[in-house]
Amino acid sequence: MIKLLKNLQKKDIPYAIICVILIVAQVWLELKMPDYMANITQLVQTQSSSMKEIIKQGAYMLSCAMGSLVSACIVGYLVAKIAASFSLRTRAKLFKKVENISMQEIKSFSTSSLITRTTNDITQIEMLIAMGLQLMIKAPITAVWAITKILGKSIEWSVITAIAVAILLVTISILMMIVMPRFKIVQKLIDKVNLVTRENLNGIRVVRAFNAEKYQEDKFEEVNNNLTKTQLFNQRAFTIMSPIMYLVLYFLTLSIYFVGAILIDKANLSDKIVLFGNMIVFSSYAMQVIISFLMLAMIFMMLPRADVSAKRINEVLDTEITIKNGKVTKNKNGLAGTIEFKNVSFKYPDADEYIIKDISFTANKGETIAFIGSTGSGKSTLINLIPRFYDVTDGEILINGIDVRDYDEEYLHDVIGYVPQKAVMFSGTVSSNVSYGSVRGGKPNKKKIEEAIKVSQADEFVSKLDKKYDSHIAQGGTNISGGQKQRLSIARTIARNPEIYIFDDSFSALDYKTDVTLRKELKKYTKDATNIIVAQRIGTIMQADKIIVLDKGKCVGIGTHRELLKKCKVYKEIALSQITKEELENA
Amino acid sequence: MPSRENRSGPPHGPGRSVLEKPQNFKVAITRLVKSISIFKVTIIGALILAAISAILSLVAPNRLSDLTDEISKGLALNTNNMEILQEDLLTNLNEEKLPETISGILSLSLDENTIYKVNASNITSEDKSSFNKAMSDMQNNSEDAPKILASLPESVLNIILTDSSFNDVTILKEDKIMMLKSLENFDPQSKDFSFISKLPTSIQKVLFPDSKVSGKLITTEDKVSFITTMSTLDEDSSINEIYKKAESLPESINELLNPSMNMDNIKKIAIFLGVLYILSSLFQYIQGLSMVNVANKYAKKLRTSISLKINKLPLKFFDHNLSGDILSRVTNDVDTIAQSLNQSLANLVSSVTLFLGSIIMMFYTNWIMAITAIVASLIGFFFMTIILGKSQKYFTARQVELGKLNGYIEEVYSGLNVVKTCNAKKETDEKFDELNQKLYDCNRKSQFLSGLMPPVMNFVGNLGYVAVCIVGALLVSNDVITFGVIVAFITYVRLFTNPLSQIAQSMTSLQTTAAASERVFEFLDEEEMSSEKEMTKKLNKSKVKGKIEFQNVKFGYDEDKIIIKDFTATAKPGQKIAIIGPTGAGKTTMVNLLMKFYEINSGDIKIDGISTKELTRENIHSLFTMVLQDTWLFNGTIKENITYNRKNVSDKRIEEVCKVVGIDHFIRTMPKGYDSILSDNDSVSAGQRQLLTIARGMIEDAPFLILDEATSNVDTRTEELVQKAMDKLMEGKTSFIIAHRLSTIKNADLILVMKEGNIIETGTHKSLMKQNGFYASLYNSQFESVK
Repeated sequence: MIKLLKNLQKKDIPYAIICVILIVAQVWLELKMPDYMANITQLVQTQSSSMKEIIKQGAYMLSCAMGSLVSACIVGYLVAKIAASFSLRTRAKLFKKVENISMQEIKSFSTSSLITRTTNDITQIEMLIAMGLQLMIKAPITAVWAITKILGKSIEWSVITAIAVAILLVTISILMMIVMPRFKIVQKLIDKVNLVTRENLNGIRVVRAFNAEKYQEDKFEEVNNNLTKTQLFNQRAFTIMSPIMYLVLYFLTLSIYFVGAILIDKANLSDKIVLFGNMIVFSSYAMQVIISFLMLAMIFMMLPRADVSAKRINEVLDTEITIKNGKVTKNKNGLAGTIEFKNVSFKYPDADEYIIKDISFTANKGETIAFIGSTGSGKSTLINLIPRFYDVTDGEILINGIDVRDYDEEYLHDVIGYVPQKAVMFSGTVSSNVSYGSVRGGKPNKKKIEEAIKVSQADEFVSKLDKKYDSHIAQGGTNISGGQKQRLSIARTIARNPEIYIFDDSFSALDYKTDVTLRKELKKYTKDATNIIVAQRIGTIMQADKIIVLDKGKCVGIGTHRELLKKCKVYKEIALSQITKEELENA
Repeated sequence: MPSRENRSGPPHGPGRSVLEKPQNFKVAITRLVKSISIFKVTIIGALILAAISAILSLVAPNRLSDLTDEISKGLALNTNNMEILQEDLLTNLNEEKLPETISGILSLSLDENTIYKVNASNITSEDKSSFNKAMSDMQNNSEDAPKILASLPESVLNIILTDSSFNDVTILKEDKIMMLKSLENFDPQSKDFSFISKLPTSIQKVLFPDSKVSGKLITTEDKVSFITTMSTLDEDSSINEIYKKAESLPESINELLNPSMNMDNIKKIAIFLGVLYILSSLFQYIQGLSMVNVANKYAKKLRTSISLKINKLPLKFFDHNLSGDILSRVTNDVDTIAQSLNQSLANLVSSVTLFLGSIIMMFYTNWIMAITAIVASLIGFFFMTIILGKSQKYFTARQVELGKLNGYIEEVYSGLNVVKTCNAKKETDEKFDELNQKLYDCNRKSQFLSGLMPPVMNFVGNLGYVAVCIVGALLVSNDVITFGVIVAFITYVRLFTNPLSQIAQSMTSLQTTAAASERVFEFLDEEEMSSEKEMTKKLNKSKVKGKIEFQNVKFGYDEDKIIIKDFTATAKPGQKIAIIGPTGAGKTTMVNLLMKFYEINSGDIKIDGISTKELTRENIHSLFTMVLQDTWLFNGTIKENITYNRKNVSDKRIEEVCKVVGIDHFIRTMPKGYDSILSDNDSVSAGQRQLLTIARGMIEDAPFLILDEATSNVDTRTEELVQKAMDKLMEGKTSFIIAHRLSTIKNADLILVMKEGNIIETGTHKSLMKQNGFYASLYNSQFESVK
């Protein structure tokens, strides 16, 4: 928590100091008020006092109130500024951090969790700063100040106040002890309710096909019961809070008055009026003390939740950036479109097993290299090493003769064009999606975009859209189909005009016909480009110059389709599972 | 799975405004009230308690003011006793009684004997003549006797006065002379009693005999000392001087005059107040408890109804509604309703009671003060309304900006690989900064304005306090009210200002509640699937032969968009029917119709000659084994996922099936084997998930089998293995297979080729290839050369 608060900038310090000063002034003014109140009471009590004096005291008191209001406004303004700019900066910092940490870390955090961390968690802390900062400064100052003001006045009254504070604190801490852990449980149970409902919704066909409605309902009911039970317990426990607060506050006044009556009765005649005035003043200070303790308690209730958020944010901010940027921004060797894997191995840092083990191959300009293998054989991981979503554990990957790790990231991404397995669409238009990002410091021009859309076979549906290239694409591309998204995603890469294309199973949502036409057109359009293709369908890769067969992270065969059919058992099995022998031979 | 963690955020998701307005507040609230009426008794009870508790806290200030009055009685001197004392002191000094007393003291007998004595004495003739003159004066004016006597020369007095006793007090001759001298200048009209201290003790004793005042014995000395002390004060002496002087008074007088409190009364009031507070908080507690109970039970009921409703809705509903929306109704909206029930309702009732009550009480106590308090508070509320109006705008803006930023973050985070490889970091950063900056502005403003509320409220309270004190003081000094009234009003001002802001708050929260309940009820009111109560026909699973006929089936998801036009086909028992076509061709529609997930528009589907219209959905479902493309697994153990909703499945059977689909080995490598819990982000790959769902489908025998892209996520080699298992599963069963890998379906008995929702070709692989139509081109494209 404290660590995160270090994100408050130096420029905030003067503001904070002003806040503290103003809050001190505010407390001073607020505590001054009971004095005027006492004066007013005394004046009202003694019949001979003049109206003028009372109005004077009233005016003093009102100016105190006004002063405290003005100071509260300024403090409010500054605190809002500090809190908002804190969240502004922290959010930006977090966002930029997430952009730079490796895919593997993003996976381990999970995207949804990162989103919550960037939004909700930061909002949590912003709220704490906005509300807590004032209270945190004000409550202790008020408490201490008010206590010193009343401490000398009467032992009896002080003892009563102390007892009241003690009762409050004990009640609150008992409640916190009982309820706090259960709050966390409630959170989990709400998640569970969500989970079960989502399960039912997502699997609605399965649920119905298996006649499992009752099963799901029972499951929901169980979670629902648990949630209700825990909620009931918590809220019942909390219900006692306000009556007790009410009792303590009012009994405190009552007790002070009652004890005051006894004290006054016993006192010397001349002390009586003073004592009476003191009594009224004391009861208002005592209220201040109680209220400031309540404020403190409130902060303590807010703190745990904000602390959890702070920890979650720090977790991300503390993540080390393992993918370090290189410096090469030029093509020195005059090579183009070559890519070489030299004994590349990869495993996740904490894992024992290698996902990819000892892979070597070379792809030259204009060649097509294809990867095939069963699920989990490491195809995707392998090509994710090229744009440095991960870095190799052993070995090296050279592009145009230079290790990818030595390249400046931006330059590297200009050289390679990556098409992901799952097409990503951004809210915007067709053309803003195709021209997304920047290439060689600029943006693809309109002609390039149109060409790319034609080549990727997206023209067929884009031309049917209302506004053609300017048609709206919803967030996540929910208003177009999977195949359409995939084609636009390919167009995006084509528009970047890279030397090396990487297709990570990017044709899977296309039907065979579109798949074939697309690849034909692509080949025509990018004669010189090197293609790296991962695919499941034999048909997609049959024509590749080199097919690399992966099995459990190892290369079990390299060669052309025909060669592999002869010498690679795994390849043959894959091929035969898709087409018949005759067809293979005919092709 | 999208963020489950979103729940940890504020109750309202991004994009949804805090200050939501329902479409029709009245309708929504009426509906809510109706649906909650099973808890009527508890709610009304709780509300009554809330009102009583509010009324009790209204009574309290008045009693507190009584207490203050009682205490302040202990501040002023006991004027009552003072009067009695004064009367007592003056009994012998008033004009009627004084001469009588004096003559008693003198016990003078001016008979001839005395006159003779004087004349016979050896005093000067001058003295004698003055004596004689006095004698004649006295005869004319007996009232002035003491004065006349006092003017006599001492020599005469010495003769005429003798020691005597009066009221048991022996008075010496000298004392008498002294008294006469002192009294010479005394005027009963003037209040100058200073001479008294100079009187001889014996005289003092006669004038101020020991007596009991208010049951207290006051000695002559005390009386004299009191008179002396008091005589040093003049009209202009301040209260403090008086009180200081009073302290030096003799004890007996002090006791008499010291302010005294009626401790019994004070105790009574204190106990009354104590009981009042306890009762009030007790009612509050009971009220709180019952509302908590009602709120939670009602929330539970709503959640249950939503859960039940989900399974009663036609699938059509889910085509148009996002699951996120339904989820937010189950959690957020129900939560909002429960919270508002829990807090706002009782709050509103007690606030309104307090508000009205305090107005009534104020006017009842003193109308001038009441108007003062109300006017002072209203000035404050005027400012508050301005602030509220302003901040509402920023709150809405903030919510909108937050929603936008959230959406953007989601977009970027989920497409991070593209952001990176397209070198779009700069572009995204710029847009992010822009959105972030906008949010910052709204945040700052809304935060500031909302932060203003408490200090302004505070100021309103103080303003009310001062106004009440000043006007109160004015009234006290004019004896219109007592000080206690001011104390009472100080509390009334607070009681009056608090509920106003609470009422405002409750109203906003009621608005949100109305909006939330509108959404919940809208969902609960959705049209359900047609009732199946009249359906009496039932097909027995073990006796079904397996014939399915499609007769002129016509269907469209929307009435005006028919996608299956007049489809007729027959699947004979044991046949394998394949449905193929490009993505989006409507292959899954066929499954939906078979499973009666959707009702056909016209035509008929018959199982063993019985129309599915006459069979319950449950009956139809039990006849089919279905494996779907989406690998739906739930949070639970592997075993639970496989046996799903079927009882009496032995562990052996589970293992058998898993071996057949080739997942047994994988399951065994997991930490707890078949009892391992499946969650979303673990190491189970898409392919393995699909195998698990296949195992789920295979565990039970049913006469019909539907495989909807059941192996799309499995690599082709594994698929081959599974295929063998499935072939075995399909033996003797009528099966429907949907696939886009054509290799899987070549040996089907009937292939239905679909495109854009229509069945465009039917036949076997061979006959379709011969037709050289769409199927053939689709099939051949697999082998087409790219070069």
